[in-house]
Amino acid sequence: MSSLSLPAASEMPTQLDLQPNDPNQRVPLVLGEHDFTTVTDLVTDIPLQRTPTMWYVAMAGALSLLSLLFVTVGYLVTTGVGVWGNNNAVSWGFPIINFVFWVGIGHAGTLISAILFLLRQNWRTGINRFAEAMTIFAVCCAGIFPGLHVGRIWLTYWLAPYPNELAMWPQARSPLLWDVFAVGTYATVSLLFWYMGMIPDLATLRDRAKSRTAQLLYGVFSLGWTGSSRHWTRFERAYLLLAALATPLVLSVHSVVSFDFATSQLPGWHSTIFPPYFVAGAVFGGFAMVLTLSIPAREWFGLRDLITHRHIENMAKIMLGTGMIVAYAYSIEFFTAWYSQQHYEQFVFMNRPLGPFAWAFWTMFICNVVAPQAIWFPWVRKNVWAIFIVAMFVNVGMWFERFVIVVTSLHQDFLPSSWAVFAPTWVDLGMFAGSFGLFFTLFLLFCKFLPMVAIAEVKTVMPQAHADEHPVKFDYQPSSDTPPELRRGHWFT
Amino acid sequence: MTQSTAADPQDEAIPMVGDGQPYALLAEFESVAEVIRAAEQVRDAGYLVWDVHSPIPIHNINHAMGLRPTILPWITLAHGIVGAAFGFLLTWWMNATTVPGISSSVQGYEFLISGKPIYSLPANIPIIFETTILFAAIGTVLGLLGLNKLPMLYNPLTRSRRFLRATADRFLIVIEAEDAQFDLKTTGDFLRSLQPTALELVTE
Repeated sequence: MSSLSLPAASEMPTQLDLQPNDPNQRVPLVLGEHDFTTVTDLVTDIPLQRTPTMWYVAMAGALSLLSLLFVTVGYLVTTGVGVWGNNNAVSWGFPIINFVFWVGIGHAGTLISAILFLLRQNWRTGINRFAEAMTIFAVCCAGIFPGLHVGRIWLTYWLAPYPNELAMWPQARSPLLWDVFAVGTYATVSLLFWYMGMIPDLATLRDRAKSRTAQLLYGVFSLGWTGSSRHWTRFERAYLLLAALATPLVLSVHSVVSFDFATSQLPGWHSTIFPPYFVAGAVFGGFAMVLTLSIPAREWFGLRDLITHRHIENMAKIMLGTGMIVAYAYSIEFFTAWYSQQHYEQFVFMNRPLGPFAWAFWTMFICNVVAPQAIWFPWVRKNVWAIFIVAMFVNVGMWFERFVIVVTSLHQDFLPSSWAVFAPTWVDLGMFAGSFGLFFTLFLLFCKFLPMVAIAEVKTVMPQAHADEHPVKFDYQPSSDTPPELRRGHWFT
Repeated sequence: MTQSTAADPQDEAIPMVGDGQPYALLAEFESVAEVIRAAEQVRDAGYLVWDVHSPIPIHNINHAMGLRPTILPWITLAHGIVGAAFGFLLTWWMNATTVPGISSSVQGYEFLISGKPIYSLPANIPIIFETTILFAAIGTVLGLLGLNKLPMLYNPLTRSRRFLRATADRFLIVIEAEDAQFDLKTTGDFLRSLQPTALELVTE
């Protein structure tokens, strides 16, 4: 750190980041004076001992929303899909909007667990476990909607290719069947990746649990893991292989989802920009959701030493970067419509900002294009709750993006005689709100009963993980006169 | 391993867990650097049935222990190839075949859409891609569990309280009695010479 001047300890709270833009100087990934013992305690105490009061409050809210999901789904199944607001023109409506919204959210988890792993972004260790959990729960929520949208949900198994007495097979050239395979594979691989990565931490819980039930349950699910180095070397190789498999997979999933739109002949949908545009949007919206979950969770569960401001800031930067790609895609869509000189295409892109759903378009625009620009400002990145507010804007904006894509292209198509306006019913709204109930219930259960932070992985980025011949040169340690509160992850909050 | 443990007074120095036949000797270390140095010596002493238990994957432990590279990537590759073949055969059978004389429930159905070819590879690539990834990922996880001989629901080592810290904050070298070179006296002295923070004998 010779040529680079670090701020004096007293100035630290007002500094944006402790390092200049130089990779040789970084704040440590684990703050506070932690060693392996205290990191283990910090994470395992959540499932084994302490339950924050806020957990019960949040769980009560989540369960009431979940019951709303049960009510609306029960009503729909016993009555028919006519209870939705879908009509002749807008045949896709809320179910497909919600499906695309939830599947997209999952992408950030896989990006953190697979792509950032391949890119050797060590800071991912603090957040990857619950980002992966978020992926799985988001895919669960996504799966509900197309499952119900098929109409007779007791026949959903017809989606699967299997020999049957009807001599009926799925149509393998349809993007809708590609979707079944893409989302099915994505859910399975995400679950395997998440579970495999969790086995060593489940063993840690097993070995520290006091109650017989906890020992038994964590024992069964940790499969007898003992931290053997022969096991670890294969485990690391398996982790690399799964990351290498999950990376093209996650890019394929939202590409395939976008094919549902792009392979149709509809103006506003029939566009080659859709796959990259959808993938960038998915990562953008997904990171907003990771921030929405991680900022309160690290407060409630006392994990600010492991999920530091640096993690939050890095995620905010990725959100800004992917948000810029999304903003670019929005603009190029308008350019393409103008440049194509195609009558119908031009109509759709005039109709979006000026037609009956202009309010939805401008909500999307403000939330997805304008709001993230705040991240450019250091004083916004310095305040996690400011980042939280931006993330909430993006959550709203990404839902409206799917609303704009689905509804504005469908409600006024080639024939003015078939034009209609779309209005959701209470079942639409209740089911959408209820899907958040499912999502938060699963997430809160995960927080309480499973290791929320990848304990073993976090330990590997601590100085103690390195033998003498591999010293950690780059981690900046606070000087001895740094006030204690600045050493424990309170730098910028 | 037939040697009697309780009878030999020289072994009293090593604390025992249980009172049966010896199962393994445990040596505990507190840091990565110490355990790597010790592991290199165990490797050089020629032991084969031994292991290093640690809360983290230790960088370069495969060299320190003299481990050969795993065959896991080949398992992944094989499953991926099977997955690709499955995806290809599935899409082709479903939408592009009619085989006379077999039951209609397994018969494919030649799906003619807009005069397009009955089977064209590009339109089926997404499904073939997904089955490739799916099979390869499942094969990787099952291969990992198989090579690691997991699930293993009982392990005599877990009777030692000390051993349980290997999943939290301690590093343990375990030499099992099964090893051909294992001898309670000499192996115990050898482990002690590595200067562990603790030494323990676990019995069956």
